[in-house]
Amino acid sequence: MEQWLVQSLVLGLKMFLIVNGLLIAAAYLVYFERKISAWIQNRVGPNRVGPLGLFQSFADVFKLYLKEDIIPTLANKGFHAIAPVISIGIAIAVYAVIPFGEYFYLGGEKVYLSIAPHINVGLLFILGMSSVGVYGLTLAGWSSNNKYSLLGGLRSSAQMISYELSMGLSLIGVLMISGSLDLMQIVQAQNGGHWNIFFQPLGFIIFLVSAFAETNRTPFDLPEAEPELVGGYHTEYSGMKFGLFFLAEYVNMVTACAMMVLLFFGGWDVPFLYEMLGLEEGSVLRALVQFSVVVGKMIPFLFLFIQTRWSLPRFRYDQLMSLGWKVMLPLALANIAITGTIMMIFN
Amino acid sequence: MNIEKNTEKQRLNFWEKIYLPEIARGLGMTFVEMFKPKVTRQYPEEVWNPTGSYRGRPVLVLEEDGERCVACGLCSRVCPALAIEVAAGETEKTKERYPIKFEINMLRCIYCGFCEEVCPEEAIVMSKDYDLVFEKQEDAILDKDQLLIPMAQLQDRLEFLRQYRR
Ligand code: SF4
Ligand code: SF4
Repeated sequence: MEQWLVQSLVLGLKMFLIVNGLLIAAAYLVYFERKISAWIQNRVGPNRVGPLGLFQSFADVFKLYLKEDIIPTLANKGFHAIAPVISIGIAIAVYAVIPFGEYFYLGGEKVYLSIAPHINVGLLFILGMSSVGVYGLTLAGWSSNNKYSLLGGLRSSAQMISYELSMGLSLIGVLMISGSLDLMQIVQAQNGGHWNIFFQPLGFIIFLVSAFAETNRTPFDLPEAEPELVGGYHTEYSGMKFGLFFLAEYVNMVTACAMMVLLFFGGWDVPFLYEMLGLEEGSVLRALVQFSVVVGKMIPFLFLFIQTRWSLPRFRYDQLMSLGWKVMLPLALANIAITGTIMMIFN
Repeated sequence: MNIEKNTEKQRLNFWEKIYLPEIARGLGMTFVEMFKPKVTRQYPEEVWNPTGSYRGRPVLVLEEDGERCVACGLCSRVCPALAIEVAAGETEKTKERYPIKFEINMLRCIYCGFCEEVCPEEAIVMSKDYDLVFEKQEDAILDKDQLLIPMAQLQDRLEFLRQYRR
């Protein structure tokens, strides 16, 4: 078969798998969010739909599809409709550059475990895309013609811009160590247990906190603070449009966890694992193990995200801003300075 | 009291001020909580049987020789939700009056129990019935047949009223 045909087939298959895998993962995150919240509150959680309630999320999505789609009379219909699409689209687009492993050979063809491997601006692409994501929320808030929505949208834009700064700066330490923006190379630079978390603990904490703010999760879920803003930017959304915002939040959560694993916890690297299992480079099995390692490392972080939501109260808005600008930003800058100094001394 | 002294700066020590250890403590607490026994009752399978003090659907007491109600209309008058409709009729018996029509609209009823409190005959009492489902609005208007419950089934409530009613 011709080269380009095979390649585009493989590409299409990869996109199909990643997008659908993500949406299913998001659905199950919702399930686990409900389960874990129930356990924390000494309840049982969803247990009616399917064994252990495992199909609950699909029932929810089905319900959302069947619901009436309400558009406020004076809303800006075009923007109102496109805002959730921007949200989910951006959230998923980020996965073009996120690698879940190295590569394997399939009939002489080198297949990478990432849609667009070796993009030399990978990390920048992710940061840039997540800043575009704010358009979804802000447009949703603005176009709904509802003051609560608008406040939620404004809050989200202010919050995301503030925390993006410290998020980006917290990653500079990682970039200085690995010397590349390509996520694959960043992971390879951590090979053999040289995980960035050991060199960048401060950077990791700043990234973690900013990630909570960027994904609008508690304690930073001010854009949708129920007691103050009804539902925040998605107050006027119903049916699957609301569902898309909901899914986007969870996909963003998965992205944040994937970035933490890839940038700070060595990605698919587990010291001596591959040598011990005797998996040679390029084999399908090795790729599978790498994929499972990445996903396995993400699970504790996903759990942390969910558990935090059910443990901590929400920040006040001024607290959020002063934390972002007066604490996170100086710390991130200090982290860069410290990393630079240490690298100068040891090289 | 010197209020100025009681600022966040003075109340919290360094470790509390950087939040993270306290957050970890909080997370630890919720984590332990996850493994404690659950308190949920699996409702349709595990049915809850309330005690006599429970105020469920109001019902009419049915004795061997018919209903106790004398159709005085007090319950209908007192009902804050205007849920009860009574129409009186006459009989040849010693107890001369009886309700020809007695309806309670369960969509209006707020289970306040005023009807029971005001009834001079102890003819309307709150039952333990809380499992009320209607498919149509008309179905929610219960007529006399649906309201009359044999006295034997209401013993708990009658006992409770005897003890605690003034
Ligand atoms: S319980 Fe209250 S609301 Fe219901 S019928 Fe009796 S008086 Fe009316
Ligand atoms: S139930 Fe009691 S208060 Fe109501 S009409 Fe009958 S006798 Fe009167």
